[in-house]
Amino acid sequence: MPDENQKKGPLGRFLDLPADSITKTVVVATSLCLVASMIVSAAAVTLRPVQQANSQRDKQINILEVAGIYEPGTDVAQAFEAFEPHVVELETGEFTDRYDIETYTDLAASEDPALIRALDEDPAGLGGQMLAYQMVYLLRDDAGGIDKVILPIEGYGLWSTLYGFIALEANGNDIFGLQFYQHGETPGLGAEVDNPRWKALWNGKKLRDEDGTLQITVDKAPPAAGRDYYIDALSGATLTSRGVDNLVRFWMGEEAFGPFLERLKAGEI
Amino acid sequence: MAQTRRSQLVDPLIDNNPITLQVLGICSALAVTSSLKVALVMAIAVTLVTAFSSMFISMLRNHIPGSIRIIVQMVIIASLVILVDQVLKAYAFEISKTLSVFVGLIITNCIVMGRAEAFAMKNPPIDSFIDGVGNGLGYGLILMTVGVIRELFGSGSLFGITIMETVNNGGWYVPNGLLLLPPSAFFVIGLLIWAIRAWKPGQVEERQYKIQTVEAH
Repeated sequence: MPDENQKKGPLGRFLDLPADSITKTVVVATSLCLVASMIVSAAAVTLRPVQQANSQRDKQINILEVAGIYEPGTDVAQAFEAFEPHVVELETGEFTDRYDIETYTDLAASEDPALIRALDEDPAGLGGQMLAYQMVYLLRDDAGGIDKVILPIEGYGLWSTLYGFIALEANGNDIFGLQFYQHGETPGLGAEVDNPRWKALWNGKKLRDEDGTLQITVDKAPPAAGRDYYIDALSGATLTSRGVDNLVRFWMGEEAFGPFLERLKAGEI
Repeated sequence: MAQTRRSQLVDPLIDNNPITLQVLGICSALAVTSSLKVALVMAIAVTLVTAFSSMFISMLRNHIPGSIRIIVQMVIIASLVILVDQVLKAYAFEISKTLSVFVGLIITNCIVMGRAEAFAMKNPPIDSFIDGVGNGLGYGLILMTVGVIRELFGSGSLFGITIMETVNNGGWYVPNGLLLLPPSAFFVIGLLIWAIRAWKPGQVEERQYKIQTVEAH
């Protein structure tokens, strides 16, 4: 009956098609994909500012915590103003103004080949390459001298890459604190890196001995150098502990922040 | 309608539970039950995704071509899962940090697909929505039960609040490390299935084999 068909219009005629007809299959698939992709991208775009603010806030809280000045309920952004961010060229250990502080984090995340340095040895499990520049944070005391420096660290544990910060005293050798803000280690075992009691072990430990040899160790038993350089490994998490040991030794070593710490110790910063 | 709306909602809790009777969704039940907070968020996320995907699929059910129906269902489910993930990242950042991987895996959760294919393709939207909520709650109930056992005995706490002070923190309780590892959820879920089937013998499946008796010569 052509009359009745005309009354329904093109949409009605389309809906009346059997679900298995080729036209309908193609149209349903295409329009569904279009609608779904629009919804998903709309959500991603509208929620992005909130998400970015979240992850930035999270990072700032961690920097505040590792420096020991975080109190729940404080205005994070305001407390964070106390820190002086700098981009450090790892090879020379000098501050560089080649990159803008505000945009450096985004730039680093973009994995720009100009920023990347290949690694011959990769004890921290960074995938054979690392950024040649790193963002560090200085905390000044009332007199304007350096109180603490906060350095980013990362490396592979058992299941995941651990991302964190280490806070050092102004002499570049005494550890104030260490904290990971992102990891996927086993809850209750490797994830005990977040245990406040374990984190407290780091406070007051030294990186290098008098001769300047890197001695800091995370292990089951204290090293020959003595307890000043020793953090008791986590029980039940041998591989995570080994990962932390490797990554701390790597980042504090010559390949990474070594030159910077040297300059810090000499008072050149 | 063979089922009333009430039974659609209540049946999946015990009588037709997706985990203990249908034995679906086990993988995520292993992964997220070591802490209650994570298990709760996961349960809510799965409930929302199951309910809404069932509803949307049911609305389209007469127009979904049979040849591509699974893909169509997947597209709808995946979009909803991405939505949930994005919302979590924006408004529950702490939880999304631990849960993000598993939220993505809701796409492959057999319960969501199972309800879409078995129920939503043949029933009207509101019924499908309620059925989805019911199954999500059934999943959540088991998740929470397993979570209570694992977190209490594995970490000595519930919802992160210390109940039994562990030795690591200077207390008396030596936590059972096994309960923090995924395999322990297998044991717990197995024991739950046993307990429920002992309580409701109707759930016991018929044997697919028969032990033959050898006659003496």
